[in-house]
Amino acid sequence: MTTVKEQQIIQAQFQERMNQDELLNCMRCGFCLPSCPTYIESGFKETHSPRGRIALMKAVVDGLIEPDEDVERSLELCLGCRACEPVCPSGVKYGHLLEEARDIIQQNKRHSLPVKLVRNAVFKGLFPHQERMRMATGLLGFYQRSGLQTVTRKTGFMKLLPENLATMEKVLPTVPSMKEMKNRPEYLPPHGTQTKRVAFFKGCLMDTMFLESNNSTMKLLQLAGCEIVIPKNQTCCGALHGHSGEKDSAKDLAKRNIQAFEELNVDYIITNAGGCGAFLVDYDHLLEKDADWNERAKAFTEKIKDISEVLYELDFHKKQKLELPYQVVTYQDSCHLRNVMKTASAPRVLLESIKGMEYREMKDADRCCGSAGIYNIVESEMSMQILDSKMEQTKATHATTIVTANPGCLLQMKLGIEREGLSDKVRAIHIVDLLIEASA
Amino acid sequence: MLTSELKQKLIQIVGVENYEDTKATRLVYSYDATPNFQAMPDAVISPRNTKEVSEIVKLCNQHKIPIVPRGSGSNLCGGTCPIEGGVVLLFRHMNRLLEIDEENLTVTVQPGVITLDMIKAVEEKGLFYPPDPSSMKISTIGGNINENSGGLRGLKYGVTRDYVIALEIVLANGDIIRTGGKLAKDVAGYDLTRLFVGSEGTLGVITEATLKLIPIPETKKVMLALYQDIEAAARTVSKIIANKIIPATMEFLDQPTLKVVEDFAQIGLPTNVKAVLLIEQDGAPEVVENDIQRIADICTAESAVSVQIAKSPEEAEALTTARRSALSALARLKPTTILEDATVPRSEIAKMVNGINKIAEKYQLDICTFGHAGDGNLHPTCPTDLRNLEEMERVEEAFAEIFALAIELGGTITGEHGVGVMKAPYLEWKLGREGIAAMQAIKSSLDPTNIMNPGKMFAKESRKRVVVAR
Repeated sequence: MTTVKEQQIIQAQFQERMNQDELLNCMRCGFCLPSCPTYIESGFKETHSPRGRIALMKAVVDGLIEPDEDVERSLELCLGCRACEPVCPSGVKYGHLLEEARDIIQQNKRHSLPVKLVRNAVFKGLFPHQERMRMATGLLGFYQRSGLQTVTRKTGFMKLLPENLATMEKVLPTVPSMKEMKNRPEYLPPHGTQTKRVAFFKGCLMDTMFLESNNSTMKLLQLAGCEIVIPKNQTCCGALHGHSGEKDSAKDLAKRNIQAFEELNVDYIITNAGGCGAFLVDYDHLLEKDADWNERAKAFTEKIKDISEVLYELDFHKKQKLELPYQVVTYQDSCHLRNVMKTASAPRVLLESIKGMEYREMKDADRCCGSAGIYNIVESEMSMQILDSKMEQTKATHATTIVTANPGCLLQMKLGIEREGLSDKVRAIHIVDLLIEASA
Repeated sequence: MLTSELKQKLIQIVGVENYEDTKATRLVYSYDATPNFQAMPDAVISPRNTKEVSEIVKLCNQHKIPIVPRGSGSNLCGGTCPIEGGVVLLFRHMNRLLEIDEENLTVTVQPGVITLDMIKAVEEKGLFYPPDPSSMKISTIGGNINENSGGLRGLKYGVTRDYVIALEIVLANGDIIRTGGKLAKDVAGYDLTRLFVGSEGTLGVITEATLKLIPIPETKKVMLALYQDIEAAARTVSKIIANKIIPATMEFLDQPTLKVVEDFAQIGLPTNVKAVLLIEQDGAPEVVENDIQRIADICTAESAVSVQIAKSPEEAEALTTARRSALSALARLKPTTILEDATVPRSEIAKMVNGINKIAEKYQLDICTFGHAGDGNLHPTCPTDLRNLEEMERVEEAFAEIFALAIELGGTITGEHGVGVMKAPYLEWKLGREGIAAMQAIKSSLDPTNIMNPGKMFAKESRKRVVVAR
């Protein structure tokens, strides 16, 4: 519950901070409606559409309504997938509006003590610190390896958790050992003739829980002739913070990353997680009002490229022999990779060039899978509804391999496979891991 | 505000989950795609079937509560803006395609079906529903019928009106009537089907429709012609028709539009030409081939500076980019985009476009004109900013003059967007006082309590007629 006093403060800040030109830019044509997963899944409710959310934000600014709990609910239920942006005739930057609105609400909301503690621990205590990320992942590793996992599952402890959290626990990857996580390379030479000099943005979760995918990425870059530098002082991209109304923390992280990469003299900065990449390319917007940093942020964002895009550009799929045993493969877009980084065809071209297997596009592959950062935990009902629709589409292709390009999507697809009881027939895999499999 | 007693009765009809009156919900149904119109309804109701609609209407009639039926709210005349409050009716549950009848070539739908979804479904059966308003990806059939929507293919195939053959309607007193049928011929009484098409929700609530289908054309081809003067482009349009060729679409873009599109899309359009025609023909392959060649010859004879026929679907796609990007390009220029649809007989297109350009100059505005040249339906579009009140005043004056010019040339104030609240003050210019009186007589006999979308179509006060300086 937000108190009347809090609402007044929020309203004042909306008037002060929301970009009014951008709000007015929405001409309410409604072209965004069919692209919005929550509009569709809510049974076509305008309150859960991009046009409706912008209208609500504008109405708060204009003083037509108060930022009451229904307004808040509408903004909370948004996945932030930004599928509405490419289809908008006016080019409204919806993602930026949403982020600002959420930030205002978060900052002025008095959270209950437990929520405050958890938010602090996660956003400030955990993600920005790679050694703690390793610790946390290490704990999970201990849990998986020590037999504790078996015991916990047998005792039925998991039944105490909400259904999707319990299933989530099952689909988490087997994590690497502490030693593996600690000894990470800082430089890797190209295989064969050098084509590009690139820096690798390893990400916090990718370099711990999804370490294998990071290794695959670097190996692919080497195969494509890239010399790779992996600066040690890089940190979490800040996407989770930015999307959850912790903008100041996100800005700090952005500055640290810009500093870590700016002197490296590289052609590109490579990411393999659509969610991180999309936030990284938006650093110049995040720091737009910071005169000292804006130019530096621009130089940084111009270099951001997804792994699929750079492999495609370097003709990796033509030069490298790629082959797999027969299987049907389908691809689930990462929303942020597609809608923000505009990388949609490169991963498909790469997949289609693998010999022996068959690529089948699923219907609505560009629609969000419902993972959306921590959305599948905090909005599990809507998330599972979206996931169920998604699984229908994947099943229609008869694919046994579902490829994704972002860790969140990967876990969500694994969750979907588990929920459908298909884990012995269908697998979900990051595109880099499949490409390594095909290169062997 | 609805009394709590009435609210309870409405909830009894549709169920608590289908009656909403939170501030947030009322706010998001306070607008449609028309700039500068916003008014909150008292409640938003989602009936599940015709019977529920009838019961809601009966109650509202008893209590004199306005009813505004709403599809996706994509109209451009303020048609679904609840300017007098009341109840907004949503068709989000009544959105099923009921039947495709391959023997009678018809499709029967509930009003909430998305136009493009229906088009795709009938095309899977090799059938064709030609009306293609630019908003078809989001608009509903119910909305299309109420606004009598047009589209790009109007010249050859007509508009929504030409495909609606039967309707189920809930009248203002709650009576449920059925008009027409799966019939090519039917003269049993007044043609109520046609009366309700384009009635903008002012006469009753359409709850089901049967639409006529035709076989899908086998193939299509696209070409682009560039002109140094507008008259030559306009002459080409008339010449093509005079040569007894009816293209599927004939789209026109003027120089200001071309410049904006090129700025935005960077597709190598020549911005030094005065007009572009984008022409598409569909049908049997030999016919299409022959027609396109003859059209190309006519373009050249009418001194087109360049004529380009697409050789592949990809090339066709590239040629149509300019037309498809027009709205996006214009919408990005300024926060507010005023998109009108003044329409003239196609023989008057050159005069109309030149007239619009002169009016734009007079009022110091940027007005870009593009549209459906084949049927004279133009879209003079003005990128502006609502907050600039002085400029908004000039915009209003300019458009009043554009409407007056259209009428003077034998045209109309609206070709496909509808009257709604936005153009109501101008309706008398087109119809005359007697015409308005005739329409009002129909309205008051079918809706004596004036609950069906009140405030639309008929203005409290008509605008003073502008005299166009010639």
